Amino acid sequence: MSQNADEHGHEHSELGEMDLRVRALETVLTQKGYIDPAALDVLIDTYQTRIGPRNGARVVARSWVDPVFRDWLQTDASAAIASLGYSGRQGEHMIAVENTPTLHNMVVCTLCSCYPWPVLGLPPTWYKSAAYRSRAVKDPRGVLAEFGVMLPAGTRTRVWDSTAEVRYLVIPQRPTGTEALNEAQLAALVSRDSMIGTALVTVPTQVSVLGAAA
Amino acid sequence: MSDATPGTMSQTTPYVTHADLGGQPGHGAVLPEAEGELFHADWEPRVLALTLAMGATGSWNIDASRAARETLADYAHLDYYRIWLAGLEKLMLQRGQLYADEIAAGRMLHAAVPVVRTLQAANVTTALAKGTPTERPVSAPARFAAGQWVRTRADAVDHHTRLPGYARGKRGRIERVLGTHVFADDHAQGLGESPQWLYTVVFDAAELWRAQGQQGGGDTDGGGIADVSVDAWESYLQHAE
Repeated sequence: MSQNADEHGHEHSELGEMDLRVRALETVLTQKGYIDPAALDVLIDTYQTRIGPRNGARVVARSWVDPVFRDWLQTDASAAIASLGYSGRQGEHMIAVENTPTLHNMVVCTLCSCYPWPVLGLPPTWYKSAAYRSRAVKDPRGVLAEFGVMLPAGTRTRVWDSTAEVRYLVIPQRPTGTEALNEAQLAALVSRDSMIGTALVTVPTQVSVLGAAA
Repeated sequence: MSDATPGTMSQTTPYVTHADLGGQPGHGAVLPEAEGELFHADWEPRVLALTLAMGATGSWNIDASRAARETLADYAHLDYYRIWLAGLEKLMLQRGQLYADEIAAGRMLHAAVPVVRTLQAANVTTALAKGTPTERPVSAPARFAAGQWVRTRADAVDHHTRLPGYARGKRGRIERVLGTHVFADDHAQGLGESPQWLYTVVFDAAELWRAQGQQGGGDTDGGGIADVSVDAWESYLQHAE
């Protein structure tokens, strides 16, 4: 098998090397009875298909349409979020932070990659990168510019460094012109990055028109 | 000046983390990616799953795994899942659960060390939904209350810690009392859970960066329109005026 990997040539040889190394480790751990290989498949499938940012988008949309839920989210985010079915690993202790016209929240983990998995899934590569981790706390507006976000002058930025086991979910501002949209339509507008704080929620023209017509 | 040999100098080599990146210059621009892009090679999800499955065996805690990763000598040169793989191998090698010749051979060559439990496929969903809450009861009352000024510990420590370097020796305000949680520093060292009060401490950006010669309005937000917070255990904090 290793010869096959080498035949792919220089460009792919490193990738092949990593594939083989990880497969070798998996074989050893299986033979030793430390892991159930079928559990690995379930873990991967869970984070590829079941636990991801659509969960968080549902939390955000609910907070936009339901003032009681919004209050609950502010006083006990873990319980409010669990009521929608999202809880557990890397989201045991949740806090929701709301953006306002004068306050923009942004979340980082400068020390590793802490991230609210039950509502956002696995962190994107950029969230774990040295560039984001080093600069989010020192130059948040510069980082936001790289995401194409320009905040109005006078907006205060607040960066939450996730240094303990509390995980933060940003509740972006509901865009104007969405009064006619229902909860599911609103959730569809909410991007992953807006719940980390590196994007704003905007309304594509068609959606706005559709909502108004509906 | 040669590097200490791992294993032989571990008691006298100071603890060095390579993961404390907040404020560090020279890392370039952030490269945004589309929402669906989680992995960039087939082996990456396998490393993720291996790490989660081995974590579930109860052989170490999450703080010990963070310590294993952040002390990897080549941390700065590895991408994230390579860090996870190297961290996982390191934790297992340290515990005699895995040997270097087994990684090379791709098969078991030494007897297994019993683990507390093995995560079965049927139990994955339940285990993930349960998670590992870190709140623990503590009899002592909280030393600080929301609104009080505090100063963070200025000294470096010779072990894993969750007070980032950029927030050492800084004056901030207690914003929220987060309850009592497992203390990461002790937990990572195998000293037990030692739960302590945990607080959100918020700093003015000027307080954090001015001391490094950064004037407000440069490449920082400065000028009191940016705040940064960390979650800090009580022993990181002292009263301040």
